[in-house]
Amino acid sequence: MQYEISLAIVMGINIIFAHSLNMITGFCGQISLGHAAFYGTGAYCSALLAKAGVPIPLCMLAAMAGAGLFGLIVGFASLRVRHDFLAITTMGVGFLFIGVVRQQDFLGGEMGVFGIPGIVDDKFLFMVIVLILAALVIALAVYLKHSWLGFAFDAIAQDEDTARTVGIGVARYKLTAFVIGTALAGLAGALYAHYVKFIGIDSFGFVESVTVLSMVIVGGIGSIWGVTIVSAVLSVLPLWLQFVSDYKLLLYGLLLFFVMRFSPDGLDGLIRWIYRRIAATIGRPAVADAE
Amino acid sequence: MIFVELILQGLIQGSIYALIAVGLTLVYGLLRILHIAHAALFTLGAYLGLLITNATGSLALGFLVAMVVVGVTGIAIYRFCYHAVLDQPPHVALIASVGLFIAMEEGFRLIWGPTSISFSEPPWQTAVVVAGIQVKTADLITIPLAFLLIGGLAAIVAFTRIGLAWRATVTDPAMAGSFGIDALKVRYLNFFLGSALAAAAGVMFAILTNFVEPTMGGVPSYKALAIIVLGGLGNVRGTLIAALMLGVIESFGTIYLGWAMDRDAIAFAFLILVLMVRPQGLFVRS
Repeated sequence: MQYEISLAIVMGINIIFAHSLNMITGFCGQISLGHAAFYGTGAYCSALLAKAGVPIPLCMLAAMAGAGLFGLIVGFASLRVRHDFLAITTMGVGFLFIGVVRQQDFLGGEMGVFGIPGIVDDKFLFMVIVLILAALVIALAVYLKHSWLGFAFDAIAQDEDTARTVGIGVARYKLTAFVIGTALAGLAGALYAHYVKFIGIDSFGFVESVTVLSMVIVGGIGSIWGVTIVSAVLSVLPLWLQFVSDYKLLLYGLLLFFVMRFSPDGLDGLIRWIYRRIAATIGRPAVADAE
Repeated sequence: MIFVELILQGLIQGSIYALIAVGLTLVYGLLRILHIAHAALFTLGAYLGLLITNATGSLALGFLVAMVVVGVTGIAIYRFCYHAVLDQPPHVALIASVGLFIAMEEGFRLIWGPTSISFSEPPWQTAVVVAGIQVKTADLITIPLAFLLIGGLAAIVAFTRIGLAWRATVTDPAMAGSFGIDALKVRYLNFFLGSALAAAAGVMFAILTNFVEPTMGGVPSYKALAIIVLGGLGNVRGTLIAALMLGVIESFGTIYLGWAMDRDAIAFAFLILVLMVRPQGLFVRS
């Protein structure tokens, strides 16, 4: 049971993390290759405050605020650069985060931060908390997607210049997307820190940024249920692949490659395609009958 | 004296970056793809060069085989990976490339083992004193070698028919096509040359460090991405200047900014700083 609980916790954290990126990259179309930096900011904020004796709920709020503030700054960068330039800039932010934290002794440097207090002692209760938060984040994503804010995001993702022409305040909405997305990444990072109780800088590198981006894109960029399912599956996939442990990263890489190569819209696109095929096959005899 | 030494070290590192970055910027200039898997080609080049040199004792053969095999691998990557997703949004090719990169790195680890390998007789290790600084022959060879290879590439682009076709395709693919230029052949050439240069960079890097491991491609290649952005994506001359500049900035930064951030972060700090002032990169083709 302990094992299943751990799996559920990891899944929950990853679902929050993936949705946080989906709001920026999926809803608002701003690609990010450095999202792990915000996850890391949340983790470090919450861990250090909790070790200093601040009550944990406050630590987690501070983690969201810290990551959101950092996200706001990077959001300003997204106003300056676009598309591929933005991808490289955010990648740079990720490396900068690691490079700076590594050299600061008060952030633990190479050694990382030890002995982070947990949120609750009971692991099962912690799982419930994580899953409730994940559900809330999914609910927020659904709400956002169908709100006025979501429509504005969508317009910017589709065509920024046209959005600007029809009077959408592109800058304001982009910054909003970055702040919401990065604050939620901070939440995921804080949960992670209080779960594993030890954080090292290697947990927030480029590989993590790419992993979370791949969850979003394999799920189907902008698709809420696609991202939920894929982030849940991809977070346990390495564990399921234990029997081929030596080849798991190879399989992971090939999976990313083949999904993009043969179903560029991810799971969401694949299901839609199958659905259309079925509809067409069922539809055809019906048409024939009518004739 | 330390200034001269830092500049020299920076230029050597910068030459390696330039060799990697040129291939990347060629791919970007032609197809608008951020070719992350380029990093794996660099590593593959290092492995092939080292293994063949160890097996045959001939470094020249090592260079040659590495460049040809990696060049062909580059063509294969284009044919089986990018060709089918060209009309998709850019993130599709990007993630496919990342997936391929991870898979290739893992492939190297499975084939050649997770630990590093080195030359049985490291070439070009003789110590030479130049202007009071002690360096290895390999250090001295790196810079001219990079210039020679990139110069050769520039000559192909400038003076040959296929080079002309390449330039036409970059400027206006549709127009070039209607004049009978085979875009596919141009892309193959592009990937062959770019990948071969990355392989040469890999072999050279292996000689400089005498250390080849599956993950060696990552950091230099991410920096090469920063470099092609600085150079104004797709601009070869800008990329070269940016590569050398970054090499020098890094070697100074390691000494003077080491308290704030590590070596790998300096390149990106500089990148972000530049992009905030000039979002289109340092050198832009009008």
